[in-house]
Amino acid sequence: MALMEVRDLNKSFGGVHATSHVSLDVAEGELHAIIGPNGAGKTTLISQLSGEMLPDSGEILFAGRNITNHPMHARSHMGLARSFQITSVFQDMTMLENVALAIQAHQGHSFRFWKPTAKDSSLFEPAMEYLAQVGLKDKANSLANAVSHGEHRQLEIAMALATDPKLLLLDEPMAGMGQEESSRMVEILNKFKGSKTMLLIEHDMDAVFALADRISVLVYGAIIATDTPDAIRSNEEVKRAYLGEEAA
Amino acid sequence: MDASLVITQLLNGMQLGVLLFLVCAGLTLVFGIMDFINLAHGSFYMIGAYMCGTVTMITDSFLIGVLLGIPLTLAVGYLTELTVVRRLYQRDHLDHVLATFGLILIFDTGVHLIWGAGGMAIPLPQWLDSQIRPAEDIVIPTYRVAIIVVGLAVAGGLYYVVTKTRVGMLIRAGASNRTMVEALGVDIKKLFTLVFAAGAAIAGVAGMMISPITEASIGMGNEIIIVAFVVIIIGGIGSIKGAFVGALIVGLIDTLGRSYLDQFLKLFMGAENAETAAPAISAMLVYILMAIVLAVRPQGLFPPKVR
Amino acid sequence: MSSRPNSIFSAPRWLIIGVVVMVLLAFAPPIIEALDQAFWLDVFTRMLILSIAAASLNLILGFGGMVSFGHAAFLGIGAYAVGIPAYYDEYSGFLHILLAVACAALYALITGAISLRTKGVHFIMITMAFGQMMFYGFVSLEEYGGDDGLIIYERSNFGDLIDMYDDTTFYYVCLVSLAVVLFIVHRLVNSRFGMVVKGSKSNERRMGALGFPTYRYRLTAYVISGAICGYAGALLGNFTEFISPEMMDWTRSGELIFMVVLGGTATIFGPVYGVLAFLVIEEILSAITTYWHLIFGLLLVLVVLFVQGGIAGLLRRWFSKKKEAV
Repeated sequence: MALMEVRDLNKSFGGVHATSHVSLDVAEGELHAIIGPNGAGKTTLISQLSGEMLPDSGEILFAGRNITNHPMHARSHMGLARSFQITSVFQDMTMLENVALAIQAHQGHSFRFWKPTAKDSSLFEPAMEYLAQVGLKDKANSLANAVSHGEHRQLEIAMALATDPKLLLLDEPMAGMGQEESSRMVEILNKFKGSKTMLLIEHDMDAVFALADRISVLVYGAIIATDTPDAIRSNEEVKRAYLGEEAA
Repeated sequence: MDASLVITQLLNGMQLGVLLFLVCAGLTLVFGIMDFINLAHGSFYMIGAYMCGTVTMITDSFLIGVLLGIPLTLAVGYLTELTVVRRLYQRDHLDHVLATFGLILIFDTGVHLIWGAGGMAIPLPQWLDSQIRPAEDIVIPTYRVAIIVVGLAVAGGLYYVVTKTRVGMLIRAGASNRTMVEALGVDIKKLFTLVFAAGAAIAGVAGMMISPITEASIGMGNEIIIVAFVVIIIGGIGSIKGAFVGALIVGLIDTLGRSYLDQFLKLFMGAENAETAAPAISAMLVYILMAIVLAVRPQGLFPPKVR
Repeated sequence: MSSRPNSIFSAPRWLIIGVVVMVLLAFAPPIIEALDQAFWLDVFTRMLILSIAAASLNLILGFGGMVSFGHAAFLGIGAYAVGIPAYYDEYSGFLHILLAVACAALYALITGAISLRTKGVHFIMITMAFGQMMFYGFVSLEEYGGDDGLIIYERSNFGDLIDMYDDTTFYYVCLVSLAVVLFIVHRLVNSRFGMVVKGSKSNERRMGALGFPTYRYRLTAYVISGAICGYAGALLGNFTEFISPEMMDWTRSGELIFMVVLGGTATIFGPVYGVLAFLVIEEILSAITTYWHLIFGLLLVLVVLFVQGGIAGLLRRWFSKKKEAV
C-alpha cells in the first residue's frame, strides 16, 4: 500500500495553474523524486503536501488518513517532515539545539517550564546521534549562523530526521551546493535509502538519477510521467518537454 | 434626545474623524511603502499647530499661518527623513519604535525650549468665528464646518493623487512590490522622502485646524497618535481607504459614545451604575472596537493586497 | 565536551558579572547609610522594581521577539491592585500581591489572545492601544481619583513577617524579588518551554513545520510576563504610595522598552544594567538642565543608530576583544 497518495490535486493563483490534476503515490520505503523545469510548480506542490498551503481541490492521503485539510503542525505529528529549499534553521542557536528542538517537538507538549534542556539527556543524546548521522558531530556546539551553506543543508536533514518521520519531504536539498557538497549530500541520503521513505524534489539531475527508485516529471503543474530512472531517461515526452529543453 | 444636540454631536464626530484621517494618511502610506512605523508622526501634528500659531501671531492672519505652516512642517518632515528615518528602513521594527520614540522626546523638548511649556492659543479669524443656522433651533459653528470641508477636500485630493497620477501609481506599486518599482528605474529614496515629508505636512494641517479650538500644546501629538494607530489597525495598515473609513468610524463612535453611552446603558442597568460605568467604558470604546475588529479580521477591514 | 550549549544565552562569564552586580546591590544600603545619602536608597529601590518590570518585558521581547508596547499597563494594574483595596481599608499584603498577579495575568490573557493573532507592527500597535485603553479607563474612574490619582495611605501589611515601612527592609524585599524573578526567567528560557519561545522568535515558520503550535506557547509566555510585571506594579504602588494613570501612559512603556534594549535584549542581567544606566543618565542629565529630555532623546536615537546589542553587547564585544588580545 502506498504511504502517501495524492489524488487529483489542483491549485491556481489568479489564472495560473500551479498544480494541475496531480496524482501521485509514494510507496513505503521508496525514494521518489520529482523533477521539472523551473516554474513547474515543484515548491507549490511540496507546500501543499506539507500543509503550508491548502489545495483548491483534490485529496492527500497519508498512512491511510485524509490529511488534505490538516494544519502543518498536525501533519508533522503524524510523521510528515519537511526540509526547506531556502535554509530555514534557527540561526541564533547551536547546531545541537536546533536538532534537540526538533526532537522536543515530538516528545509531547513543551509546557515544561523548569528543567534546563541542556541537562536533558533524552534530548541531547539522540540529537547528537542525528548530527553524527549527517556528519556534523564536530559542529554540534557551533552556532548555526557560523557554519557553511552545505552544513546548513545537512543540518536541515538532521532536523527532519529527528522528528522520526514516516515520510521525508526534501525540497531541493542540493540547492546552491558545489560539486563536492552535493556528492556528500548524495552519500548522506543514500545512507537512509530503504530505511526511510523520501519524496525528493531536486534540480541536480546527477543526484536524482543516482538516488531515485522512481521519478515523476512535473511540467506546468502537471505530471507527465512517473517511472524508473531508466525509463524516464528514454521517455520521449519527457525528453521533449524537459531534457530536450535543457539540451537546447 | 434633542435633534440639534444630535446634529452637533454628529458634526463633532465628523470633525474628529477627518482630523484623524489627516494624521493617519501619512502614517499608513509611510508604513505601506516603507514598512516603517513612526511613533513621532504625532509630533508633526503638534509642530504644524505651533508653526501655524507663530506665523498667525506675526502676520495677524490665520490664513497666512496655515499657508506658511504647511511648507514649514513639510521642511521639518523632510529634515527628519534625511537625518534619521532614512537610516532606519533596513532595521527591524523594534529599532523603528525606539528611534522614533527618541524623536518624540527631541520634538517635545524642542517645542518646550522654543515656545515654552504653556500652550499657545490661536485666535480664530472673525470670518470663521460665526454660526450657521440651517433651522430654527439648530446652531452650527462655521469653523466646524470649515474643518470638515477642508478635511474632506484634502482626502479627495489625496485620493486623486494616489489613484490617478504617476506618483500615486508608484506609491501604490511601492506598497505592494518594492523591488518592482526599483526595477522600473524609479529613485525609491526620493519617493520615500517625498511621501514622508508630505505625510508630515498633512498631519501638520490637522494640527493647524484643531489649534484654534484646543490651542497648540506639547503632548497633543502623543495623544492623537495612539488613536491614529487604532484607526489604521481597524482600517488595515497601509490602506488609504481603510484609514478614511476607520477614521470616520472611530471619530463618530468616540464622540457619540461620550455623549450617549450613559443613556444607552440606562436601558440595561440602574441610573447610578450607568453614570459610573459610562465614562470609563466610553473612554475605552474605540479600543474595544479595535479588539472586536481584530478578533474577526486580524488584518483590518481593508487590508492592502499582499506584498 | 561540556554538556552546556555554547550559545550566546548562557555564557558563564555573564553569570559571574551579573552575580557580582547583585551582590554589590546587596551592600548598597549600608554604604548609602554610611554616606548619609538616603535619597540614593530611593533611587536604588526604584531601580530594583523597574528591573523586575524590565526583566518581565525582556522575557517576551528579548527571548520571544514580541515587542509589547503596553507593558506599563501591567505595572499600573499591579499598583491599583494595592491602591483600590487600600482605598476600602483592606491592607493585607498577601491579598494585594495575589490580586496584582491574578489581574495582570487575566488582562494579559485577554489582550494577548487577541494581539498574538497578529505579528510585527500590528502587534506593537495593538499592545500599545490596549495599554492606552487601560490608561483612559483609569482616568475616567472618578471613584479612584481619575487622572489625579490615588494616594495609598498605608502600605501592604504582611503582619510581623515584613515591615514595609522600613526603607532598608523594603529595599531587600525588592532585591530578593528581583533575584527570584531573574532566576525564574533564567530557568524558563532554558527549559523546553523556553526553547519553543526562542525558536518562535528565530523562525516561526520552521517551528510550525517541526510540529509546534506556537500560538499557545507565545500566549503563555505573554501571560507569565504580565503576571511578573503585575507583581512589580504592586511593589511600585507600595514604594510611591501614590498611583495615577500616568504610570500607564504609553511613553512609560516606551521607556521600559528602551531600558531593556539599552541593557541588551535576550540576556538575563541585561534589564538590570539597562535600568541602572537609564536611571543614572536621568539623574545626571536632569541635574544639568531642565531640558534634559532633549539630550535623552538624542542619546536614544544615537544608541539605536550606532550601538548594537546594548550595554551587554558592548561589554561582550569589549571582553571578546580582550580575549583575542590574550
